Amino acid sequence: MIFNNAAIMQTLNVNLNAVAPVALMTVLAIVLMVIDFFLKRENKFSLGIVTLIGLVLILPVAATTVDPAPAFGGMVIADAYAAFFNVVFIIAAIFAVVISNDYLRKISSERGEYYYIIIFATIGMMVMASANDLVNLYVGLELMSLSFYILVAMRRSATGAEGALKYFILGAFSSGILLYGITFTYGFAGTTNLTEIARMGVNLSSANHYLLIAIIMLVAGFAFKIAAFPFHLWSPDAYEGAPTPVTALLSVGSKAAAFAFFLRFFGGAFHEFHAHWAGLLWILSAATMLVGATVAIQQKNIVRMLAYSSIAHAGIILIGVVVMNGFASAGVMFYMFVYAFMNMGAFTVVALMARNDGTGKSISDYKGLAGRRPVLAFVMALFLLSLAGIPPTGGFTAKFFILASAIEARYYWLAAIGVISTVISLFFYAKVIFYMYMKEPDALDDMAPVTQAPSTLAYNIIIFITAVSTMVLGLCPTPVMDMAIAAVSHL
Amino acid sequence: MEQLFFYIFAFAAVISAILVISVRNPVHSAFFLIVTFMQVAAIFILLRSPFLAAVQVFVYVGAVMVLFLFAVLVLDMGKETMKEHLHGQSIPAGVMAVILFLLMCYMVVKGRIVANPGSYGEAALVNNTEVIGRELYTRFIYPFEIVSLILLVALVGAIALVMQSKGKEQGK
Repeated sequence: MIFNNAAIMQTLNVNLNAVAPVALMTVLAIVLMVIDFFLKRENKFSLGIVTLIGLVLILPVAATTVDPAPAFGGMVIADAYAAFFNVVFIIAAIFAVVISNDYLRKISSERGEYYYIIIFATIGMMVMASANDLVNLYVGLELMSLSFYILVAMRRSATGAEGALKYFILGAFSSGILLYGITFTYGFAGTTNLTEIARMGVNLSSANHYLLIAIIMLVAGFAFKIAAFPFHLWSPDAYEGAPTPVTALLSVGSKAAAFAFFLRFFGGAFHEFHAHWAGLLWILSAATMLVGATVAIQQKNIVRMLAYSSIAHAGIILIGVVVMNGFASAGVMFYMFVYAFMNMGAFTVVALMARNDGTGKSISDYKGLAGRRPVLAFVMALFLLSLAGIPPTGGFTAKFFILASAIEARYYWLAAIGVISTVISLFFYAKVIFYMYMKEPDALDDMAPVTQAPSTLAYNIIIFITAVSTMVLGLCPTPVMDMAIAAVSHL
Repeated sequence: MEQLFFYIFAFAAVISAILVISVRNPVHSAFFLIVTFMQVAAIFILLRSPFLAAVQVFVYVGAVMVLFLFAVLVLDMGKETMKEHLHGQSIPAGVMAVILFLLMCYMVVKGRIVANPGSYGEAALVNNTEVIGRELYTRFIYPFEIVSLILLVALVGAIALVMQSKGKEQGK
């Protein structure tokens, strides 16, 4: 056999430009590893600063890397859609890194590994968003999940261990199910490449039972990652046990990555079989919205409440996947973008309120916050109202786009359930606001400074950025929405 | 004839896999895991992939299982028996598993594999190792590189999680 290297390179399309963001992130992670080796324990915080600078420098590269031709033998596709999600991931990672510095000091777990494992998790998400092949998806998913298993276990406490173990065992099990779905997809279509599946789509018989097995297994694996009912049971425990910045990244990043890939998968490769998977996702979406919103009402812990609220949000975003037209897909992207800001903002306030001994995460700790810290209470109320979907915040616009697309596509029942879930969820978001503004603090010791951190500057910057972004996205959503629509049109 | 062998290996693999999770003694379950891995290696040979079979034996049976048994020995787990805590979920779980199994059986029997056998015929697969190597370094180079990151994270993570508790003790 004669192998012509030039010809192989030609068909492979080795395009280093297309993977530049991932490559740069990897370089950043390895540089951090080397620096970490030389740092003393007291100086680990400087690693956070290096991480931050690196991420801020990579952000414009990720935003401008657009190359719609599939690279590396059709494995990677760095289109505008992937770039959009890469920006969401990197923004979420930046927020998580900035609030980590002080939080790690609070739980006295200043570890250098923490920072570069966050980078590795982000790389996994980016690989997922630009994956054009199920093999690539699986590898990216594993990189992200493995990093998160480690990050969730970073806090040594009973709840931390419980959450990490649950997440790890269920996560490993669900990726096994996903892999099983991938093998059936291969048996059904004869390829794992999304472009090729889409091209063969019309010729493939939809009566093949392997298609159904593949859809069921893939949806189960996907539902686990976005914590949809009934695959959500790991998420409140993992969220509660993990360090709060990790929780924030987990709720935004891993969810966005799963949506990024499955939107591409169901919208591109399996679009031909919409009738087969839409029903399954319909039930999943409706059940997730209702369960997430109703169970959140009983929660006493603010992190658990936000966990259930993020389950309800996943249900609403799923509406966009069920509808699956250009407008709905752009709505999903816009939702993820807004969600990154408002959820990160809410978790930043939670991290700021957490005390050194690990308390301060109960909803009753927020009693009378408006009296003590009026600005903090105001922005927290803003984030919660945005999560609830009250105009003129970004959360309202995002929900509006998704529900409007559902009504346009005649999914009236699903849209109605979405509205009902929003109304129910308003109850528990309003409860926290009620506690902050209408109740008196329990005891005098609550008047003590909320945090003993030497500087709350980092928190303040993040809270300011997220609050302003949430408002701006609510008042003027057009630029981002236009970008999302443009990105989807090439899908 | 080949099918007969396949079914022998497959049944042995499934039965020993069930035994892995049902025997009480961790050492026994480790040995049943070895049996499962060997059966899977045999199936790889039936599928004309001697390289994968060899890797399966070397890596899983050789390295991983020896490490696992070593851990069992060091932790002295052999004497204790692992008990299940299913909280009365075993009956509904069993019923669901049986229903899922029957449904999957029906669908697998009804479904058809329409995948074309791939670009490598039986003649090309004689150079099995070469084919796998070439595919890994051409078409699958990108995921292959990402896998190296996964290994790095696994390594760092294992050390980070173990050293964390140690560092805390020393700090106090």
